[in-house]
Amino acid sequence: MKKILKSFAGKRGESVRSDCYFEIELKDSGDIKINLKSKVESMYGESIKELILEMINFFEIKNAKILCEDNGALPFVLAARFELAVKRLAHPLTPSLREGGFKSSPFIKNIKFNKEYLLPFNEKNLHSTQKDKLRRSRLYLPGNEPKFFVNAGLHSPDGIILDLEDSVAPSEKDAAQLLVRNALRSVDFYSAERMVRINQLPKGVDDLKFIVPHNVNVILVPKCESAEQIHQLEKEVEKLRKQHKVENPIYFMPIIESALGVIKAFEIASASKYNCALAIGLEDYTADIGTQRTNEGRESIFARQMLVNAAKAASIQAIDTVFSDVADMEALRESVIEAKSLGFEGKGCIHPRQIKVVHEAFAPTEQEIEKAKKIVLAFEEAEKKGLGVVSLGSKMIDPPVVKRAVKTIDLAILNNLIDKNWRKG
Amino acid sequence: MKLIKNAAGRIVPTEVNGQSQIPFQGINKYKPSGNKAKPPIRSCVDYPKDGNKLVKDLKTALKKAGLKDGMTISTHHHLRNGDAVTNVLFDTIKEMGIKNIRWFPSASFPVHSHLIKYLEDGTIHHIEGSMNGPLGKFTSEGKMKGVGVLRSHGGRYQAIQDGDVHIDIAVILAPTADPFGNATGDRGKSACGLIGFALGDSEYADRVIIVTDNLVPFPCVPWQIQGNNVDFVVEVESLGDPKKIVSGTTEVTKSPDRLLIAEYVADFIEEAGIMKDGFSLQAGAGGTNLAFLLFLKEKMKAKGVKARFMRGGSTKYLVELLEEGLTDYILDGQTFDLEGVRSMSENANHVNTSPFTSYNFHGKGNFASMVDVAVLGATEVDVNFNANVVTHSDGYLLHGIGGWQNCLYSKCTILAIPSFRDRIPVIVDEVTTLCGPGELIDVIITERGISINPKRKDLLKAVKGSSLPIKDIEQIKKEVDEICGGAPAKPKVNKEKVVAIIKWVDGTVLDSVFEIA
Repeated sequence: MKKILKSFAGKRGESVRSDCYFEIELKDSGDIKINLKSKVESMYGESIKELILEMINFFEIKNAKILCEDNGALPFVLAARFELAVKRLAHPLTPSLREGGFKSSPFIKNIKFNKEYLLPFNEKNLHSTQKDKLRRSRLYLPGNEPKFFVNAGLHSPDGIILDLEDSVAPSEKDAAQLLVRNALRSVDFYSAERMVRINQLPKGVDDLKFIVPHNVNVILVPKCESAEQIHQLEKEVEKLRKQHKVENPIYFMPIIESALGVIKAFEIASASKYNCALAIGLEDYTADIGTQRTNEGRESIFARQMLVNAAKAASIQAIDTVFSDVADMEALRESVIEAKSLGFEGKGCIHPRQIKVVHEAFAPTEQEIEKAKKIVLAFEEAEKKGLGVVSLGSKMIDPPVVKRAVKTIDLAILNNLIDKNWRKG
Repeated sequence: MKLIKNAAGRIVPTEVNGQSQIPFQGINKYKPSGNKAKPPIRSCVDYPKDGNKLVKDLKTALKKAGLKDGMTISTHHHLRNGDAVTNVLFDTIKEMGIKNIRWFPSASFPVHSHLIKYLEDGTIHHIEGSMNGPLGKFTSEGKMKGVGVLRSHGGRYQAIQDGDVHIDIAVILAPTADPFGNATGDRGKSACGLIGFALGDSEYADRVIIVTDNLVPFPCVPWQIQGNNVDFVVEVESLGDPKKIVSGTTEVTKSPDRLLIAEYVADFIEEAGIMKDGFSLQAGAGGTNLAFLLFLKEKMKAKGVKARFMRGGSTKYLVELLEEGLTDYILDGQTFDLEGVRSMSENANHVNTSPFTSYNFHGKGNFASMVDVAVLGATEVDVNFNANVVTHSDGYLLHGIGGWQNCLYSKCTILAIPSFRDRIPVIVDEVTTLCGPGELIDVIITERGISINPKRKDLLKAVKGSSLPIKDIEQIKKEVDEICGGAPAKPKVNKEKVVAIIKWVDGTVLDSVFEIA
């Protein structure tokens, strides 16, 4: 009997867009046969075949029948799906395929399952970040949905989050890891900070090798409940950084999503010098305390204030939960204004149209700007005169107030509320 | 087939379906002269004195109209994808054993893929009109007996007036009509809005047949098609599926990327100084084309700006502008949704106009060129601002031209398009098929930035210093190629075999569509 070993990866069907489906059927003879059905065959058929052949050589596959159903997948998606199909050969999905001692069989033994097929790093993706970067908006992108990746940065979020956690089906975690890795290398997210939400620790440790070597800026740590988790993360990240000679800093944003997490908020916030922000996730939190999430949010007022307090005590940013009604922009605006009043500096977005509203709502008011201008001018005046103390009218101004005023001015410029040469006006 | 290079540098045939052709000579370079074509003289005494032109059925009407092999039959697309009669019309023609018909629709829809079998068996020789979906595929694969001819709405009217196309029998589907042949589209169970595209046919065809599913006693007032031009009236059970004839509501796009494009369009119109009191615009019914109106509306309100008129197929979004006092008039050429139908019947400032007030090369002036800004789409645009609306980058015919070519004459023509769709680049080095010369296309707005045609120095100056993402079109193309993994390969076509030609608004041949190899 002929031996066959088969694997599947990707998405197929009429409604699939910007994705593809691969089947690899290994055989003990018959060379390589590629069956390509692509929506963009006349335009990119040759280049798709070239890519597949290159990967076949890379993984040292000898005899195989390969089916590719392509619905306009970009190269980084094609590569991730093919690599996944190869890796899944080593872990056949169905028990029946495992029969027959394939692993020792010569036609599978030589395949380089553990190699990573990496496309060239897009130079635009080498940018680093700062600990106190503006993080008003962060746009969640489901980690296994490549069609949302390519244009995400155009909507100008402060950060994009490639999600490996809740938006990815358990059976597709391996798919999302490869896709997110390839996206970090290939997709230009413009100036957005590049974040990845890993799976809950300790499982999330597995995700790190797919992101740390590929210039992730911030790692989001879901359902965080203890400082130890952050210590463990820091240790693992450091190990990978050394191993891969990563120079850019990688920051952490623990997400508090439980009663225990809220109680331990300060301990978590101060667990690592790489923590840049503390975020709250209210869907899980409200479930944990046994209540419903409401628009007014009375049920979470303690948790949110606790979180803001813990973050500020640890000198990091406090970031609010996502707003889930994508159709109601007015409610979103109100929700951001309320979050801002509590001390939050950012909000999660699940739809690109929310970004602009979030930025507008976080923008300083006219009054705030006027006050900030006066403070900044007074500070500059005092500096010029060599005065150690800044005063405005009869009031003394402390350095943190000056710092906040500078931040307000920066935000106002960013939102086109004042000109960057406002001093001249 | 003899092929030559025209003034746009495109390869075109000198003769198509036995008719000699004039190659494109440049924008406004060719003006047909002489007298217009004329219909045969008819006399009222040859028609029933009581005005009752009803005949038993379509077959009888066709017989009486003298249907013969090789004739030209015209139909119209007012019933859109809900049209059930055009298919029956050709079933009847087939049943009568007639061959080699030139089908001259104002547009075709996917529902008409039923007619492929008649293209195969020779009942229909070729199509002069749009070849959408399956009909486009059929044509592109070289299976049609004759060569397809694609024209704009205005070009279609020009061809009728110049005698390029002589219509033997016009079949006009009318949602309401009387036995004399006065007909309209704005009421009846199959109401579709205006049926103005049939006006030219009703005046120039040898014979005119009205088909209706809502026969009212004389007079059907107001009418859009005048009964004095009509030979026969046929009553049928149903013209088609109302749900597919007119959408209850037209919806704006929900795609965040398309909304971003729409927002840029509104920003551009404001920043370029076009949005000022008394301005005018042309709007269509595509998702992005509707969405920009929503953004523009907010800007108009904020600045207290009122438009003089909006030209377009009306939708509820245009109607809102009218009802909120943001425009004095809607000059409607076709109606896209029920709100448009309602508004036109209630509001004297929502005016029913013939589409040929805009779409008419032989008009003594033209609304199209008076419009301050037109926002349109395209399937491809190249780095020289040339645009394509009929084929995709794979070379297959997919869409008709509609009024697109005619609208290019506006004072500022904006193409609002994504820079690529999935992995199909829209901004390319050279369009697969040329439908609109770059000379007439002023601004390309994509989700990756806005490109202004370098010849529009005034626009470039107007937006200088604004926060708009103005980019060189080559830059956008470069970004698209980087994302898609290189420039797309050109479709493999048989350069010897033309399957369809693209006419310019003046009747010259602008480009050819070649058989897919």
